[in-house]
Amino acid sequence: MTPLAGCLLVSALLFSVGLAGALTRRSAILVLAGIELMLNAANLNFIAFWRFGAHPEFLTGLIFVIFSIAVAAAEAAVGLALILAIYRHARTSDVSEITEMKG
Amino acid sequence: MTLPFLILAIMTLAGGVAAMTMRRLVHCALALVVSFAGLSALYLNLGAEFAGLAQLLVYVGAIAILIVFAILLTRGGEGEPEGAFSPAGIVGAVVALAVFAVLAWAVETSGVARAGVTVAAPQITMREIGFALMQRYVLPLEVIALMLTAAMIGAVILALREKRNDSAGDSGAAQKQGLRA
Repeated sequence: MTPLAGCLLVSALLFSVGLAGALTRRSAILVLAGIELMLNAANLNFIAFWRFGAHPEFLTGLIFVIFSIAVAAAEAAVGLALILAIYRHARTSDVSEITEMKG
Repeated sequence: MTLPFLILAIMTLAGGVAAMTMRRLVHCALALVVSFAGLSALYLNLGAEFAGLAQLLVYVGAIAILIVFAILLTRGGEGEPEGAFSPAGIVGAVVALAVFAVLAWAVETSGVARAGVTVAAPQITMREIGFALMQRYVLPLEVIALMLTAAMIGAVILALREKRNDSAGDSGAAQKQGLRA
């Protein structure tokens, strides 16, 4: 197995773990954590393709990962604020109990 | 595939699996920190020092703390009494397995992954990254700066506004109770 294939397989596994968590967990916070894991798996792919790709001197994958980390930070902040707001409203952070959007 | 890569990959994956399967939310958050730290070390192992350190700062430093605070503020630290997994959880697990099967099949059969040769690690200095960020990618950088500001303001507004609504809702509920009485 080449190093690139190894990276891609690790990333695929991490993505599947995150997807399974996001789909199966009841806590909204862990759903968000699963989404973060999926984002990180994509970042690992970018780094792997940058490292083993054709033109690493253009820094494309590396810069993309840096921007992606910034976007993920913003997403986590807004997502957790949303979960807090929903918790104050519905008194639960269990996604299978939050069934209506009516304020 | 070298031994350090294998160790770091196992650490990352074990952290991720533990974060997604443990029952108590605080333990999940700590396992998530292990996973993020492993990923950061993987970036360092792959020669992306700046991305690895940014990952360490942002994920292990900031997002993990945010998640722990969110768990404590939503009383998730007490654990989930009725089971941690949703009723249709098995379907989600099957979907995730199917996604992994497709991804692994694509990786195994693609010519790109097979033809990948071990090339020397690219020598990237901080200076080059700085020039790239300030010259070629300056517009995305500005957009990210604007987006981070917007996200910060939005998060503060989201976390604040419901409080006022909540107190209004409380008084409304009190009025309803008064009417019922």
